[in-house]
Amino acid sequence: MSSTIAVAPALRRKRRRQTLRTLAFLSPWLIGFGVFFAYPLVSTVYFSFMKYDGFSAPVFTGLKNWNYVFNHYPFFWQGLRNTLWLVLVMVSLRVLFGLGIGMLITKVKTGAGFFRTAFYLPYLAPPVAATTAFAFLLNPGTGPVNHLLGSLGLPQPGWFNDPDWSKPALSLLALWGIGDLMVIFMAALLDVPREQYEAAELDGARAWHKFRYVTYPNISPIVMFAVVTGVIQTMQYYTQAMVAGKVASGVIGGSGQQFEPGYPHGSTWTLPQMVYSLGFQRFDTGSACVVALVLFGLSMAFTSLLLRRRAGFVTSED
Amino acid sequence: MTAITLSAKPTATVGLAVARRRAALHWVAVHSMAVAAALFFLLPFVFVFLTSVMTDRQALTSDLWPQHWQWSNYAKVWNTPGFLVWWRNTLLYAGLGTALTVVSSVPVAYALARFRFRGRNLALMAVVSMMMLPPQVTVVPMYLFWAKQLHLSGSLWPLIIPMACGDAFTIFLLRQFLLTIPKEYVEAARVDGCGELRTLLRVILPMARPAVAAVALFQFFYCWNDYFGPQIYASENEGAWTLSYGLESFKGAHHTNWNLTMAATLLVMAPVIVLFFFAQKAFIEGVTLTGVKG
Repeated sequence: MSSTIAVAPALRRKRRRQTLRTLAFLSPWLIGFGVFFAYPLVSTVYFSFMKYDGFSAPVFTGLKNWNYVFNHYPFFWQGLRNTLWLVLVMVSLRVLFGLGIGMLITKVKTGAGFFRTAFYLPYLAPPVAATTAFAFLLNPGTGPVNHLLGSLGLPQPGWFNDPDWSKPALSLLALWGIGDLMVIFMAALLDVPREQYEAAELDGARAWHKFRYVTYPNISPIVMFAVVTGVIQTMQYYTQAMVAGKVASGVIGGSGQQFEPGYPHGSTWTLPQMVYSLGFQRFDTGSACVVALVLFGLSMAFTSLLLRRRAGFVTSED
Repeated sequence: MTAITLSAKPTATVGLAVARRRAALHWVAVHSMAVAAALFFLLPFVFVFLTSVMTDRQALTSDLWPQHWQWSNYAKVWNTPGFLVWWRNTLLYAGLGTALTVVSSVPVAYALARFRFRGRNLALMAVVSMMMLPPQVTVVPMYLFWAKQLHLSGSLWPLIIPMACGDAFTIFLLRQFLLTIPKEYVEAARVDGCGELRTLLRVILPMARPAVAAVALFQFFYCWNDYFGPQIYASENEGAWTLSYGLESFKGAHHTNWNLTMAATLLVMAPVIVLFFFAQKAFIEGVTLTGVKG
C-alpha cells in the first residue's frame, strides 16, 4: 500500500520528463508551425476582409474583396479554369507517360543505365532554365522544333505565343521532366512478384491481361499516390507558367516594365500567379488573400483525400 | 512410338526458333521505343547546346548546326555583371538553407517516428498539410512580416531563416525512413545508458546516413531551383538575386541573343547535373523513398 503511494509521484515525474523531452525534440517544428503556418493563415483570413495597400492603415470592408474577386475581377474564373485544365490534362498525361516510360525502362536489356540516365536527366534541369530552353525550342519563328516540323511538312503551331497552344506547350515541358515519376513507377514495377506473372502466363494471359490483372492491381496504390501528389503540385503551378509567359512575350525588363502574368491572353493564368499579381503588382492585399484562401481550400481538399486514401503513403503505426 | 519421336523433335526446334525470333522482335521493339524516348529527352539539351555556341547573327536564324563554333559566348556570360553575385547568392541560399533544414528536421522526425505521445497523429497530419501547402497561400502576410516588421526584404534572409524551423517534406521523409530502423537498436542503446539525444546522434543518425543525404540533396535542389521565393523577397535588390531569378532578367537584357541566353541556361543547369552524377544513388533512393516506402 505504502509502496504504490511512493511510486505515483515518481511516475508522474517520469511522465513530465517525457513530455518535456518530446517538446524539446519537436520545438523547431512547433515554432515553425506557429510562425510560418498558423500565424500567416490567420492573417490571410484577417486581410481578406480588409482594404489594405501595404502602406496606409488597413480598413475593414466586410465581404467587398470576396465580392470583387468572384464577381468583378476579370481573370479569376479564367485562372481557375486554367488551373483545373492543367490539373486534369497535365496530371493524367504525366501519370500515363510516366508509367509508360517506367515500364519501358524495366524491359530494356541493353544499355539500361544509359537510357535510365537519359530519361531522368531533364527532371534535374532547374525549372527556370528548362522553361527558358523550351521557350527557345518552341519559338514559332526560329525554334528548332518548328523548323523540324516544317521540313516534315507538318503544321507549325505558335506554342507559347498562341493561346490555344500555350497550355499544351506547358504540358510538353511537364512531360519532359518526368524523371521522378519514372523512378517511382520503376521501383513499384520491379516489386511486383514474378510468380504472379508466371501464373498468369500459365493461364494463357496476353500482355494486356497481364497488365490488367497482375501489374495494375500491384501498383495501383503508387498510381493513386502519383495522381494525388500530382494534383497538389499542379495546384501550385507557378514558375513555368510565369517564366514561359515572360520569355515568349519578351516583356521581362527590370524594375521599369511590368509583366502581367497569363500571356498570351490570360491562357497561362493560374491561381498562384494571381496571388502574386494582386498582392505584389497591384498592392491589393485583400483580394490577394481571398485568392490565397481559395487556393488553400482546394489544396487542403486534395490533401485530405491523400490522407484518407493513404495511397501507400502515410503509415501512422510503426 | 517411333512416329511420335520423329514428329516431336522437329516441332520442338520450330517452336524454339519461333520463340527466339519473338524474343529478338521484342528486343528490337523495346529498344527502338527506348531510342525514340531518349531522343525526346536528350534532343532539347543538344539544340540548346548547339545554339549556345552560335554567333549572334546565326542564333537569329532557324539553323540547327553552328557554322562557326563561338566558345567565347560562355566567357561573355560568365563575365556579365552580376552573374558571379547570383552564383554566390544561390550557393549561400542553398548551402545555409540545406544545413539548417537538416539540423532542425532530424530531431523532429525522430520524435514523430519513435516517441509515443498524445497528439502524435495530429502532429503528423499537420506536417503533411504543411508539406502540401502552396507557398502562395501564406506569402502575403509573410512578406508584410519580413518587410514591415523586420525590414529584411531585399535579402535572402526571409528565405533562409525559416529553414531553422524544419521543413515539412524533410521531416516527413526522414520519419518514413526512421520507422524502418528496428526498435532493438534503440533499446540496446538504452541498455548501454544512452539518453535520447545520444541515441539519436550516435546510433540512429549513422544508420540513417543515406536518407539524410537524400533529403539534403532534395533541399539543396529545392533552394537552387526556387524562383518564387527570390522573386518575392530578393527582386527589389539586385545584389540579392539568385541564378533562377537572374537568368530571367538575363534574357531580358539580351532579348535578341538566344545564343547567350542558352549558354547561361546551360551554366545554370550544369552544377545540378554534375552533382547528380556524383550523388546518383542518394538521389534515386530519395525519389523512391517519397513514393514507395510507406
